[in-house]
Amino acid sequence: MSLLIDNVWKEYGDQIVLERLNMEIPTGEFCAVVGPSGCGKTTFLRMLLGMEKPTRGAMLLDGKPLPDEPGPDRGIVFQRYSVYPHLTVLDNVMLPLEFERSRFFGRFFGAERRRAIGDARSCIASVGLEHAMDKYPSELSGGMQQRLAIAQTLVRRPKILLLDEPFGALDPGTKSQMHDLLLKLWQEEGMTVFMITHDLHEGFKLATRVLSFDKTRRDPQAPGAYGATVIYDLPLDDKAERKPIVEKWKRRTLETQAGMVH
Amino acid sequence: MGRRIINRHPARGSALVLGVLPFLALAVLYVTFSSLRLAENPDDKLLPALSSIGDAIHRMAFEPDQRSGRYLLWADTAASLTRLAWGLGIATLMALVTGIAVGLVPYVRAWLAPLIGVISLVPPMAILPILFIVFGLDDLSKVVLIVIGIAPFLIRDMSMRVMEMPNELLIKAQALGASTWQIVVRIILPQMLPRLIDSVRLSLGPAWLFLIAAEGIAATEGLGYRIFLVRRYLAMDVILPYVAWITLIAFLMDWGLRRLSRRIFPWISRGMA
Ligand SMILES: Nc1ncnc2c1ncn2[C@@H]1O[C@H](COP(=O)(O)OP(=O)(O)O)[C@@H](O)[C@H]1O
Ligand SMILES: [Mg+2]
Repeated sequence: MSLLIDNVWKEYGDQIVLERLNMEIPTGEFCAVVGPSGCGKTTFLRMLLGMEKPTRGAMLLDGKPLPDEPGPDRGIVFQRYSVYPHLTVLDNVMLPLEFERSRFFGRFFGAERRRAIGDARSCIASVGLEHAMDKYPSELSGGMQQRLAIAQTLVRRPKILLLDEPFGALDPGTKSQMHDLLLKLWQEEGMTVFMITHDLHEGFKLATRVLSFDKTRRDPQAPGAYGATVIYDLPLDDKAERKPIVEKWKRRTLETQAGMVH
Repeated sequence: MGRRIINRHPARGSALVLGVLPFLALAVLYVTFSSLRLAENPDDKLLPALSSIGDAIHRMAFEPDQRSGRYLLWADTAASLTRLAWGLGIATLMALVTGIAVGLVPYVRAWLAPLIGVISLVPPMAILPILFIVFGLDDLSKVVLIVIGIAPFLIRDMSMRVMEMPNELLIKAQALGASTWQIVVRIILPQMLPRLIDSVRLSLGPAWLFLIAAEGIAATEGLGYRIFLVRRYLAMDVILPYVAWITLIAFLMDWGLRRLSRRIFPWISRGMA
């Protein structure tokens, strides 16, 4: 019941972007990923999503290697281009259900559609967009678009939610609303969250664990010679939300070990 | 100093007047020079009077031809439009299928992109004789010329636009559980169809060019055939209305495609204002 990152490296040609990543993330942990721009945070997320392969090391989800292409067990919300401009709010949220249940057409018709509207509607309501069901994304504000993106990502209940600076372009008021929404959904779904943010305050406010990326070694002659790694891995143990996550993880680990003895 | 000219916009009415003005000027110029020439030589054929153009239109459109008994303007129009529709239709379908496959699937791109790139550089008119030899002098060779003339452009345009799509949208679809086929039907097709309509609009000019050229060289009916035929008698009174008629049809096709695109893809214009 965890995500294990075991000595993961990522290199592009000669350039080492990430090196020596080691961590074990219990299921349900909310990780904020911080660090200077260009240090490889997005690259880390892309590896978790399966868009990129680590050049060394392994990533295991509940003991099994992460699939090497994106799939519905890992959801993603980007800062931009996060929803489909040609679909209304309702259709954007219905889309993942249609992918799941209509293999050939990728589309519901008739009674099946009416049934799915019910599922989609409650998901849309949970992000507060029920009054905008028939609008197109271009008719929504930035905050509404990101809420839609989150609803769309969560409708298939991924085990891991990846967010790449999702609120970077929002004004402070909207941002704070989005924080409340995200925390609520995270508590309800119990998924593991990785959220990249530039805003340290945001990271500490939301997360149960803060991962800070940066380089520990530098060669002025060759900027690509060393990669960034996790320089601080800070579990926020004073947060009440963290306790059950860790306890569950410990219990499961003990159970598995006991199972192996039998 | 007034405002910069790039910031000054004509009102609706004056924009209309400005737009109509060049047409009026052309018409006045034509009538003037036509009457000047006809005053000098009543048999002059170069700039026929509007009345003789009117007679010619009546003769071509509303009186049956003496030899074939057909109404030539309509027969020519039907023949040309049939060829054009086949050519455009086949080229569009090829662009849709091949363009999306080349743009989306790396293996197909590696396999077909070089070939398409080379074919697009072959001057279509240079192979017209080959088409006549291989496909005969009937409709088929004309349709093939239109397809060869515009399909490479349409395919390349389509594949480039697929590749230009923000990668996030494709990644996101996979993370929502979509198969490649579902990505094509739910994400790529709906986003690409309006763009395809736009590039078909841009191809209308070349398509007409290839059609008229092929008809002018070998045909028994068609708008291009008629123009090249009556040229032998310097029949400007027929050529000019035929050219105007072709232009009108082309304009209506362009306008119709634009309307269609607005109508079936409301998300493009919604919220943009
Ligand atoms: N596909 C790629 N090919 C080569 N270099 C890349 C690629 N993707 C990212 N990089 C490099 O990896 C480094 C980290 O990028 P990124 O993960 O986007 O940083 P961050 O998200 O922390 O700002 C950058 O120096 C970037 O140039
Ligand atoms: Mg980034």
